[in-house]
Amino acid sequence: MLSIGYVLKRLLQIIPTLVFIVVVTFLIVRLLPGDPASAILGDKATDAEVARLHAEMGLDRPLIVQFGNFALRVVQGDLGTSTAVKLPVGRIVLDRLPATLLLTVMAAFLALLLAVPLAFVAALRQGRLGDTVIQGCFQVGLSMPVFYVGLILLTVFAAGLRWFPVGGYGDTYLLHLYHLFLPALTLALSLAAVLMRNLRTAILDALTADYADFARAKGLPTRVVLFRHVLRNALISTVTLFGLNIGTLLGGAVITETVFAIPGAGRLMIDSIYARDYPTIQGLTLVLAVLVSVAFLLTDLVQASLDPRVAQ
Amino acid sequence: MSTLLSVSGLTTRLLTPAGLLAAVEDVDFTLDERDSLGLVGESGSGKSVTMRSLLRLLPQRAEVEGSVRWRGRELVGLPENALRALRGREIAMIFQEPMSALNPVLRIGLQIEESLKVHTDLDRAGRRARAVELLALTGIPTPERRLDDFPHQFSGGMRQRAMIAIALAASPALLLADEPTTALDVTIQDQILHLLARLRREMGMAMILVTHDLAVVAESCERVAVMYAGRIVERGTVRQVFAAPRHPYTLGLLRSVPDGDRPRQKLRSIEGTPPGLGNRTRGCAFQPRCGFATAQCATDRPPLADIAPGHAAACWQAGRLTDLSREAA
Repeated sequence: MLSIGYVLKRLLQIIPTLVFIVVVTFLIVRLLPGDPASAILGDKATDAEVARLHAEMGLDRPLIVQFGNFALRVVQGDLGTSTAVKLPVGRIVLDRLPATLLLTVMAAFLALLLAVPLAFVAALRQGRLGDTVIQGCFQVGLSMPVFYVGLILLTVFAAGLRWFPVGGYGDTYLLHLYHLFLPALTLALSLAAVLMRNLRTAILDALTADYADFARAKGLPTRVVLFRHVLRNALISTVTLFGLNIGTLLGGAVITETVFAIPGAGRLMIDSIYARDYPTIQGLTLVLAVLVSVAFLLTDLVQASLDPRVAQ
Repeated sequence: MSTLLSVSGLTTRLLTPAGLLAAVEDVDFTLDERDSLGLVGESGSGKSVTMRSLLRLLPQRAEVEGSVRWRGRELVGLPENALRALRGREIAMIFQEPMSALNPVLRIGLQIEESLKVHTDLDRAGRRARAVELLALTGIPTPERRLDDFPHQFSGGMRQRAMIAIALAASPALLLADEPTTALDVTIQDQILHLLARLRREMGMAMILVTHDLAVVAESCERVAVMYAGRIVERGTVRQVFAAPRHPYTLGLLRSVPDGDRPRQKLRSIEGTPPGLGNRTRGCAFQPRCGFATAQCATDRPPLADIAPGHAAACWQAGRLTDLSREAA
């Protein structure tokens, strides 16, 4: 279903996006109010010290030269050195990223696990009690902020019932999964609500589409009509929506990691902002932006494999 | 010839915002083997719902009453499973819009083969070979190369051919064709009608053709039933009905067909619109638009009564219609 030509075309398209990301992350830090050098040196620094650090950091050179150096280093995988902890930014980010990625992937997985079956039930029971209950629950879930849902889950399942840890990340892989379950669920709920509503409507549309009637007229079993004909078509728009929400999911991870005390990239971002650690902010933004574009790419490929009309 | 399908008192109610309303009321007709019946009427006259009622391909919470006997077996009230075994295998259906009736995300080959999988014992290779055969039968060039195409890679006429190939996969005895040519160019329309006629001949298949196009009926069917506001108002052989219509609505339909022989004439239409599902009257539903209506027409509904052998009309004036229409013209 996926032609190599389409995959290559889509891979080439990501190059301008990546260039754009590098330009924007570079500029954002330059446009921020305040001066990195004085931020690093503190209030008591003399002008001479600031000027020396400027020269050291290359901040006294023309913007275009600074960008050239920055881009050159980025291409080589060098994201600079953290001014807060004096370690290579690349290493810090790589250290923190796995927790965030695992959290995001788990949340995405849980969201789908909740949304797809429930959307199916809601659509097939349209207007009846099951539909109303499912829609109502998700409506409530959707209207509550992520940190609030997180706190409720923490209070009930961690502090109250003691089924899950209150925070932290654990030492082994299995412990990671165990520690991340509640935060992932927190993240998943709002995404699941969005996906469920979209998929429910899409399934309702597909159920009354001509191709579903034709499939029934062919004498196909209900199971085949529902899964092969209805769900396949309904999922196309939901996959797009899912892809668009991956960025939001990463953003939500920042808050969730704070609530659940997970040492992930989100926490790192917040800590770096407080410390005015510009190289880390810049490097982390860059890495997250690249991850989001890769996620978009994957979404497109999944969509193309579901819908042959896209891959033309 | 033996009777294949016999429908009597068929009434179908659909759930609307105003409650359950009858879209089809008290419909009677029979169909012999290899027979072809044209079901004619305006949009909303109940022709599609009539066909869908036969296979119960209706929206959820629709009610079907009356009797549909298929080879002597009652289909109304038959469990879904038993009905499913009949769909596609004995009674197949094709739709108006091949682009929307073919599943856009599945290969044409798969859409044929899944039908064969349900209705035949063929193995994978056998199904594929049969799918090629079916595409060839419906006139698709180089079928073995088109099997892995998706519907959007086909042209409009080819899609209709592919849909016919899918419907005929299990060699059904009856094909229900719901406006199969309405979405096509006139030249392609003709090709598809000829294809259907040839396939019917070769496969010994009966057909019910739903259309609003009288020319299509004249070309493809032996018998015709005209529907108005959910009821059959006239039925007979195409020859009988076209030569001497006994219902004012049929007469109006025939008169609204432009005559290609005479130059520059005014197009004739039937004034007014058909009644909606909610406001159907006690009397004849056509009465408000009818030029021949009498006081009786507003209060009593005329039954579908035989006028000549095989020709019936539901009109109090049916007996006098020929004379009346001559006077009116």
